[in-house]
Amino acid sequence: ESLVHWPTQKMNLFQSVTSALDNTLASDPTAVIFGEDVAFGGVFRCTVGLRDKYGKDRVFNTPLCEQGIVGFGIGAAVAGATAIAEIQFADYIYPAFDQIVNEAAKYRYRSGNLFDCGNLTIRAPWGCVGHGSLYHSQSPEAFFAHCPGIKVVIPRSPVQAKGLLLACIADQNPCIFFEPKILYRAAVEQVPVEPYTIPLSQAEILQEGSDVTLVAWGTQIHVMREVANMAQEKLGVSCELIDLQTILPWDTETVCKSVVKTGRLLISHEAPITGGFAAEISSTVQEECFLNLEAPISRVCGYDTPFPHIFEPFYIPDKWKCFEAIKKMINY
Amino acid sequence: RNRTLDRCRQQPFDSTLEKPQFPGASADFVDQLDFIQPNVISGIPVYRVMDRQGNIINPSQDPQLSKETVLNFYQKMTLLNTMDRILYESQRQGRISFYMTNYGEEGTHIGSAAALDPNDIVFGQYREAGVLMYRGFPLDLFMAQCYANADDLGKGRQMPVHYGSKDLNFVTISSPLATQIPQAAGAAYALKRENMNRAVICYFGEGAASEGDAHAGFNFSATLECPLIFFCRNNGYAISTPTNEQYRGDGIAARGPGYGMLSIRVDGNDVFAVYNATKEARRRAVAENQPFLIEAMTYRIGHHSTSDDSSAYRSVDEVNYWDKQDHPISRLRHYMTTRGWWSEDDERSWRKQSRKTVMEAFERAEKRLKPNVELMFTDVYQEMTPGLNKQRESMWRHVQQYKEHYPLDLYDK
Repeated sequence: ESLVHWPTQKMNLFQSVTSALDNTLASDPTAVIFGEDVAFGGVFRCTVGLRDKYGKDRVFNTPLCEQGIVGFGIGAAVAGATAIAEIQFADYIYPAFDQIVNEAAKYRYRSGNLFDCGNLTIRAPWGCVGHGSLYHSQSPEAFFAHCPGIKVVIPRSPVQAKGLLLACIADQNPCIFFEPKILYRAAVEQVPVEPYTIPLSQAEILQEGSDVTLVAWGTQIHVMREVANMAQEKLGVSCELIDLQTILPWDTETVCKSVVKTGRLLISHEAPITGGFAAEISSTVQEECFLNLEAPISRVCGYDTPFPHIFEPFYIPDKWKCFEAIKKMINY
Repeated sequence: RNRTLDRCRQQPFDSTLEKPQFPGASADFVDQLDFIQPNVISGIPVYRVMDRQGNIINPSQDPQLSKETVLNFYQKMTLLNTMDRILYESQRQGRISFYMTNYGEEGTHIGSAAALDPNDIVFGQYREAGVLMYRGFPLDLFMAQCYANADDLGKGRQMPVHYGSKDLNFVTISSPLATQIPQAAGAAYALKRENMNRAVICYFGEGAASEGDAHAGFNFSATLECPLIFFCRNNGYAISTPTNEQYRGDGIAARGPGYGMLSIRVDGNDVFAVYNATKEARRRAVAENQPFLIEAMTYRIGHHSTSDDSSAYRSVDEVNYWDKQDHPISRLRHYMTTRGWWSEDDERSWRKQSRKTVMEAFERAEKRLKPNVELMFTDVYQEMTPGLNKQRESMWRHVQQYKEHYPLDLYDK
């Protein structure tokens, strides 16, 4: 609401990311952006123009090595630089898993707060894109949700992306920022040109409702919005839609408060259902809100298969699957 | 100097020329089929200043350090050795949970540490306590970390020997191997941009050099032109794995040229050779913004750790050879006694004094309480989170209720 009167520009999601990075390089002389192919603008155009504007010592390519990119980023952050590392696809983040989990996440704790890499932000394109298949579609947030010491953040739109990314960069803890790649061009909003932040670990209630709580993040928010409309029109069911935004540490209070009110919870994500983040939300909510529940908590997620190519339309947790899950909960 | 442009400036493509035009390499054509022989028989030579006894071989290489400096080298190496003996023994007695000694490698620590600026950042692996000792980390804090008591700067969170000191620019040790290598490259890059004449040194063993992170760090530091010294302690073993099972090439120094990195192999048991090489590498790394690789050949006289009994995989004779015939401490002592800088009396009284100070620190550390259990929950993030706060409260409620089952008296309140 406070952003309403700021001068804005029409931006898609990748442009809102560029804007956040531009603001950062302008105001923070220690900030550097690096990763594979970022120099020419990046494979998703998130860093277009930044090298020319700020110099090749600040926006630069690294060799093709994710463990090196994140390790390098940690070291730069430890030495006081604002380090923004790009991993080209979230599907390729795993070589850096040791550096993220064993090093970045634990740097402050293990050193007794003598050292930290709070100035590190890792960005990666995330989620299904229509044809991405096994290795260009993954949503790995659940792997990192199990790792105390890092933050994991996922925006649903350009305005959210810029504010949350700037919040991650400012945050004094290492953050992973997953960018829904299918929204890079498709999502367009009027985005403030000046920098602003959106708080981390605060879920946002996008629409209030009384019968069912819907929780999602990233691209799936748009699916759930449609589902909420379908539920209202076809079933007369009023849905409360929550964008979790920060996966770790997550806002248990907002979600639980909502479920106390509605008595029903549907969580939906593209990532496979077993061990997916919906399992954590479900477990916590049933602990906190057991007596308020009118129906078992429902999870509509990807199947427990690798992300398929030609079968994507059958794999994804689409609005029909979510709608059907609401119907079951209402009729329980 | 723009080394990148020098190497990669492309001539305009001209296929009438007989030179290769490939972007990936600048080299000549050859019409003879020959595989390049990896030169493992006579590999990269080992630079040394003193012979195994401690006599200077080529006087031009004697760094001619002052008596005070050399005595300090000697005292730091022997103090480290004394502390190692006492703490190793304390683990055997169940007083601390774990320990790693530095026997035989004291020269690599002190020689390199002395060649650096105090503002240079050190990334270590776990067998570099002498670097920290040289910089002035007090015995009380070494002990506090090993005992995980309330004085530990690390707040009792890590196993023994995982030291760290912000004041002394020694980044806290972590157990995973080689993770510090690409981090050192990133830190060096940040220091280069800061432009305050600071370098980074990164220590690791020949075993850790097999990790992917080592390859990543070497490649990044060269391509991104970082003021960084890679210091490999090649001590012959990674726990029980000897070097001929760790690599098949000519050690670690031979990998440097593969990354476009200036490299040298030195006698790690020769504190002056280590000093000279590190000093020159540091000077050039900062002046030229490029990484250097120093492979210090040495021998791990002790077991890998208190969890290891190395008699299971190597002979006592082999260990004795290094202990008696090629030891950094005895070689430096010979250099000192030859110059009349150190007598038998000096040796006796120093040994007695250093043992006394170590024992006193040891006894103080032993008596100290452990850190407040609150510290289990802090520093996970910069700020306390609501979730952790709830867990913390839950823990205290539980411990209050079942207090007779928890060793609360050992912990600070």
